[in-house]
Amino acid sequence: MSMKLKALLKSAWVFHLSTGSCNNCDIEILDCLTPRFDIERFGMLLVGSIKHADVLLITGSGNRKSMERAKRLYEQIPKPCLVVAVGECALSRGMFIHSYNCPVPIDKVIPVDVYIPGCPPKPEAIIAGVVKLIEKVKKGTEKKSSV
Amino acid sequence: MAKTIIPIGPYHPLQEEPEFFILTVEGEKVVDIDVHIGYNHRGIEKLSETKTFDQSTFVIERICGICSTSHPFAYTRAVEDIIPIEVPERAKYIRTIIAEGERIHSHLLWLGLAGHFLGYDTVFMWTWKLREEILDVMEILTGNRNNYAMFKPGGVRRDIKSEDIPVVIKKIDSIVPTLEMLKKAVIDDPVIHARTKGIGVLSKEDAINYCALGPTARASGVARDVRKNSPYGAYDKVEWDMIVTHNGDVFDKLVVRVLEVFESIKIIKNCFLNLPGGEIDANIKDIPPGEGIGHIEAPRGECFHYVRSDGTNRPVRHKVRAPTFMNLPTYKATVIGEDISDATIILAAIDPCYCCTERMTVCNIKRKKIYSGKDLIKLSREKTKILRNKMGVK
Repeated sequence: MSMKLKALLKSAWVFHLSTGSCNNCDIEILDCLTPRFDIERFGMLLVGSIKHADVLLITGSGNRKSMERAKRLYEQIPKPCLVVAVGECALSRGMFIHSYNCPVPIDKVIPVDVYIPGCPPKPEAIIAGVVKLIEKVKKGTEKKSSV
Repeated sequence: MAKTIIPIGPYHPLQEEPEFFILTVEGEKVVDIDVHIGYNHRGIEKLSETKTFDQSTFVIERICGICSTSHPFAYTRAVEDIIPIEVPERAKYIRTIIAEGERIHSHLLWLGLAGHFLGYDTVFMWTWKLREEILDVMEILTGNRNNYAMFKPGGVRRDIKSEDIPVVIKKIDSIVPTLEMLKKAVIDDPVIHARTKGIGVLSKEDAINYCALGPTARASGVARDVRKNSPYGAYDKVEWDMIVTHNGDVFDKLVVRVLEVFESIKIIKNCFLNLPGGEIDANIKDIPPGEGIGHIEAPRGECFHYVRSDGTNRPVRHKVRAPTFMNLPTYKATVIGEDISDATIILAAIDPCYCCTERMTVCNIKRKKIYSGKDLIKLSREKTKILRNKMGVK
């Protein structure tokens, strides 16, 4: 992985993208920012615009309407970037695997670097996942890993 | 003056969930609003029909992360209505405790987000810190922070251990002083008064006409609460008051929610005091053919479920009506005429939950062809071809 990406990770700015989730993962991500977990101490910040982001945090089972938007957003994020899938739905569509509106898992559309399982993953798990992501980049391994 | 359209969403820093607002503005004033949803649609009603009655509870739970008790509660009540069966007393109390715990964390979550929208990030941080304590309580009682999986048709899945009760009561008591402080800080703050009083007023007539539910209606003076009007669970056995205010603006919606948190704490403590012993499950074997309805008071208003059974182990029809579905159209009465800068807090004031509300329309046109984009292009090309042949152009 490039030096540029390594430099970005000193203070990774995160854009949060929900592609048809039940809100739980989204709220747990917001929970990470609040006093008990306080992910900002690792230099991470939730940003409002995709064009400022280094990391794309994806939740949800990826339904027909939102996956088109997700694809467009992925094209807009400055490269190199990292993609983290949070929650069971983002990993494998979880309980919605037989739904008519969730045709493909997210990683068939967007390349995912780190998977964080759980329904919803606890904030501790999200932090652990992000720390593993940073370690992975530092080691320079390019293969996908699971938490 | 020329009209301008301001799009908010579908992916916007303000929102956790994807939804799309189209504000039409004239200068600073909002003249029209339109909402596009569907970014969260997962087809849960259909999915529920492919699962057994027991499995459906878990799918229903994942309609919404914040209302993950309300939906199973209404669903189990609908299934119990088909048989009909009476749930054991202890199960009723446990259900009430879990539902009220959810109400506390949902209202605190909203209060935090409202503070965040107003530019009071201190309120956001404080309330979410308090919310963690409630999530801890829920983790002790149920084993998970959000999706509790406590409900099943006929009772509850897990019992509350007697050694957990003092720990839980102590934890709940420990947040009350901070909550009192927060209540004073929020309700007496002159800036919050200036930002929320008289903003986004929903009159009593409008609230009734739009069929507003829950805190949105109660803030407009409509005393409508399923817990009081048709009691279920243990709500008729414990002492508590319905909070009703009369102005219908954002401030009153805030006050209703803050005061309801205190009522919920009262209900939980009363339930623990009077928790009866005995069975927690009525052991339902078969569900006969028939239909049932279940409605409960979710944090956002009345949540309604309809289940039809044909005697097999799966529901043949399952209908969900979430409270936001009724509250969403009140935007037409509240946002129009306000400033753009106030639009965000008014949109947030009904505590909208889009993943509950998502639904889709199916166009069923019999024996008529529906043209897709590809078909239209094909038609257009064919026409050009015909014209070319006519004109003799090669």
